[in-house]
Amino acid sequence: MSDTPAGKASSGDFLSNLGRVYGWYTGGFAAFVVMLAILEHLGVPNRIIGYLFVFLTIGIYALIGYLSRTAQVAEYYVAGRRVPAFYNGMATGSDWMSAASFIGMAGTLYLLGYDGLAFVLGWTGGYVLVAILLAPYLRKFGAYTVPDFLGARYGGNLARFCGVIVLMSASFTYVVAQVYGTGIIASRFLGISFELAVFVGLAGILVCSMLGGMRAVTWTQVAQYIILIIAYLIPVILLSTQLTGVPVPQLTYGQALEQIELLRTTKEALAGAKSHIEPFTSYDPLNFFGLIFCLMVGTASLPHILMRYFTTPSVRDARQSVAWSLFFIFLLYFTAPAYAAFAKLEVYQNVIGAPIAGLPDWVRIWGDIGLVSVRDANGDGILQFPEFTINADAIVLATPEIAGLPYVIAGLVAAGGLAAALSTADGLLLAIANALSHDIYYRMIDPNANAKRRLIVARILLIGVAVIAAYVASTRPAGILAMVAWAFSIAASGLFPALVLGVWWRRTTTVGAIAGMIAGYGVCLWYLIGTQYMGMPKWFGVNNISCGLFGIPVAFIVTILVSLMTPAPSRAMQDFIDSIRTPRGGVRLVAGEKALD
Amino acid sequence: MPLVEPGQRSPQATGREVDPAVSQAYWARTSGLMWTTLVIWAVVSFGVHFFASSLNTVRFLGFPLGFYMAAQGSLIIFVVLLFWFARRQNRIDEEFGVEEE
Repeated sequence: MSDTPAGKASSGDFLSNLGRVYGWYTGGFAAFVVMLAILEHLGVPNRIIGYLFVFLTIGIYALIGYLSRTAQVAEYYVAGRRVPAFYNGMATGSDWMSAASFIGMAGTLYLLGYDGLAFVLGWTGGYVLVAILLAPYLRKFGAYTVPDFLGARYGGNLARFCGVIVLMSASFTYVVAQVYGTGIIASRFLGISFELAVFVGLAGILVCSMLGGMRAVTWTQVAQYIILIIAYLIPVILLSTQLTGVPVPQLTYGQALEQIELLRTTKEALAGAKSHIEPFTSYDPLNFFGLIFCLMVGTASLPHILMRYFTTPSVRDARQSVAWSLFFIFLLYFTAPAYAAFAKLEVYQNVIGAPIAGLPDWVRIWGDIGLVSVRDANGDGILQFPEFTINADAIVLATPEIAGLPYVIAGLVAAGGLAAALSTADGLLLAIANALSHDIYYRMIDPNANAKRRLIVARILLIGVAVIAAYVASTRPAGILAMVAWAFSIAASGLFPALVLGVWWRRTTTVGAIAGMIAGYGVCLWYLIGTQYMGMPKWFGVNNISCGLFGIPVAFIVTILVSLMTPAPSRAMQDFIDSIRTPRGGVRLVAGEKALD
Repeated sequence: MPLVEPGQRSPQATGREVDPAVSQAYWARTSGLMWTTLVIWAVVSFGVHFFASSLNTVRFLGFPLGFYMAAQGSLIIFVVLLFWFARRQNRIDEEFGVEEE
């Protein structure tokens, strides 16, 4: 057990030396990459280098997970509330950025041009809502889980239960997609079957979180952030240096954009290509802005993100931590458009309009795997724009080859993608398992369970949920990436109004909040399932990826109207709201509501 | 064993309470800051990008400005906005004496 005096002392030591520990870790990782580069130069086969990257990084995460094991409830659920704002920001960054951000984002920008920036905006701006509307107040309340807050504010288990249902439906599809992502990366770089790779990925996820819960996940997520950001920046910095001589891709890709537009309008083979910089070529304005809105509000409703701010030492740190989170996320998102621009320039310059017999090597390499396809439809031997397709996932993965970099960089990118997928999967699994063990088991089924029993239940549920997620992922469900985007709308419609009004509008009543949650969640799912599977016509032409555009306003309106029709919350509840609004002082719980222990 | 979280008093010991009048004034200022930040957020998230096409005719750091705003400009403003917000809110807390002890 780690709650011995020695365990305490060493963890205090660890917290005061965080800078040194992670500094050495970063240096060690850099040395490891250099060592692999030397090995590659000496003729060690690529396959071995891939193995070393995957197993060594998973080994480090497992070691951190093991060292962070705990037998205390508060350590397991909220890392003892001792995570400094800066490091919590890094942990949130890797919690947030999934395989889709790491691998898919640049590709989406490549394919959609300006319109793809809806994802860049939507997945960053939401943190403003987190900081100003929710994080400090939820931190003050001192919850273990998001449904915990709903239970305390809306007096009881019905609101808590609704919260758990929304949380489960939003987080589960999301986690399946992450496990799927780890399976894809592991199978590609280990050369094993996808089904087997999914379970390798699962083992990688569980070793991080099982023994130490939130504490272990926090410290592995910081380690994973460092790897993923290095892996994301290095290839594009090298590429930018090659193309422009300046190692700051975020500033130099303006030139690339200019050349892309010039080529597009002058090169004959590029006829039919859409502009990269003009807005609304793929989405109409309603869908563009609707998507931004849903992704932002969804960010502020996703439980695995909100719960990261329960781990800071104070309300003040919670606010500061949201700012750091956004900064660390920003580093990746403002680089993604550079990847897209450089890749597009390469394709427009050297691939399209070139004789099919003489295409660059990387086209052939990725063509063999099926991510790039070339077919000479008009039989003239020259590659025309419509004859070339590239999968969105190939952009980041192929950049090392486009730039002619050594294989070690490709291995680095794989390690980064794996870190992104594992860290997000960890956070999501923990959010789901904690809601089940804390809100359903402890709060609703057995409130007298002791600490040991609660932690055993939490761990069993964690493994259970993980195995189910891996099983679903191994069946390769269709449309998994679309489902991830849906998770934002589902969480936003189901949780956002109840959470925000719970803090900001005293008049919100229990009945109102529950009715709002059910209505928002219901409308959102109705529209999703209807338009996706039942052939229901679109309302106002809104894509179902933005179904929160209907769910969110409905939830707000229902919550407000029903609240006004029901008696105002009690004096005791008003006191409770006052106490979570003010950083100083204790939380005045309503009689009958049990405090956390 | 009864576990009280480290660094957190048990809920019975509520510590020094805040005077209701102070608390009301504090909340008015806090709400004001929230609305200010929310308006800036809305302009930067949506307002600016309504004009993307016309902004694209302007060049900025070698980028078409409309594209630049969506790819970098708005993001930089979000980051700065959040650090500014955290500082302002901390000041308000201190001004009303409701910061954490």
